[in-house]
Amino acid sequence: MIQTDILIIGAGPCGLFTVFEAGLLKLRCHLIDALPQPGGQCAEIYPKKPIYDIPAYPSILAGDLVDRLMEQAEPFQPGFTLGERAETIEKDDEDQFILTTNRGTKHRAPIIAIAGGLGCFEPRKPPIENLTNFEDKGVEYIIKDPEFYRDKKVVISGGGDSALDWTIFLADGVASEVTLVHRREGFRGHLDSVQKVMDLAEQGKIKLLTNAEVVGVDGDDHLQTIKVNHKQQGEMILDTDHWIPLFGLSPKLGPIADWNLNITKNAVEVDTFDYSTNVPGIYAIGDINTYPGKLKLILCGFHEATLMVQSAFKRIYPDKNLVLKYTTVNGVSGF
Amino acid sequence: MSMIKVTVIDREGTSHELDAPTDMGMNMMELCKSAELPVEGTCGGMAMCASCHVYVKSDHAIPEKSDDEEDMLDEAFHVMEESRLGCQIHLADDLDGLTVHLAPVG
Repeated sequence: MIQTDILIIGAGPCGLFTVFEAGLLKLRCHLIDALPQPGGQCAEIYPKKPIYDIPAYPSILAGDLVDRLMEQAEPFQPGFTLGERAETIEKDDEDQFILTTNRGTKHRAPIIAIAGGLGCFEPRKPPIENLTNFEDKGVEYIIKDPEFYRDKKVVISGGGDSALDWTIFLADGVASEVTLVHRREGFRGHLDSVQKVMDLAEQGKIKLLTNAEVVGVDGDDHLQTIKVNHKQQGEMILDTDHWIPLFGLSPKLGPIADWNLNITKNAVEVDTFDYSTNVPGIYAIGDINTYPGKLKLILCGFHEATLMVQSAFKRIYPDKNLVLKYTTVNGVSGF
Repeated sequence: MSMIKVTVIDREGTSHELDAPTDMGMNMMELCKSAELPVEGTCGGMAMCASCHVYVKSDHAIPEKSDDEEDMLDEAFHVMEESRLGCQIHLADDLDGLTVHLAPVG
């Protein structure tokens, strides 16, 4: 069991800055994020995009902002549970939250701060009616272990790097048959991967279907066939053991929707006094919260984090007085 | 002219006629959001999420898709010939009378 003072859900800019502000009050933090790396959207969606409204930075790349926030948080030794999704919460008899992730990792803390941004990133699922019936029965959105596909017939969909890279990898003596289906003629992704895929198709080592889309899945207990709609050739049925649709990630509010929090339009309602939610001990900061006048800006999230930790401190230590200490006077002393 | 009329047909088929300013650097996604239509605009307008996917129903000359927009539409679903990302449609005077249909979510 991981014990901490503030359990932060979401390791984006807001969550990372919370570590710093909490650290100044000698509160320890642990962050949980469904993504395998810290930084949230900034790292996952737009690391190379410049941000122009961070005070004192006329321009900073989102990825660089994350690096600097990590550096700023470092003296306070935050813990991380990455690549796991915060799933359930319960209270123990000492009024502490027990939070369990989808992989069963347990965390314990008196305070939970939800800094979940847009929610957790999940694979984009094609809108095919009976698709869920075949999930883990031939339809996989993520390749965990390529050996799983040894000597199997595999169809991959998508036009990005992951679709190209896995096609190349699985075609190299792993799967017995690889078909790549892509909606357009052209591919994005690295030029050499695109070239490699074209070469493999020419050599007959993979089957390449462009201008085509998978529109149906079928089978008994396990996936057996997929239906492909080809722009010129019309519908065709392909035999396959697996279909791997690789269409990137999109954010979903996820399990926190079931935590008895007041939610409007996919955002958690908070009191702007301290960004507390309707559940005592749970706060929500950054893009995930909503209140009259809310602006989804990183800089507003920083402000919210700062006020939130003050309230968290008073909740943990109701008898202690809290004085605002300036870092210019006291410096920053880590743990 | 600094105002144009734009028609947005939502996913239930209801038509919304909106007045859109052309002197505020606004795009279609932002216009939908400001009218409280069900458009997420998750990525904030960077052509990186496809939550503002629309079908252009009128015959307006909208500037060609950028590579970013084309790439994002590759990962989206329900894509058709007239598909565009709302965030990449910049509201300008020559788009007066533009009609778009919100694409299904998912």
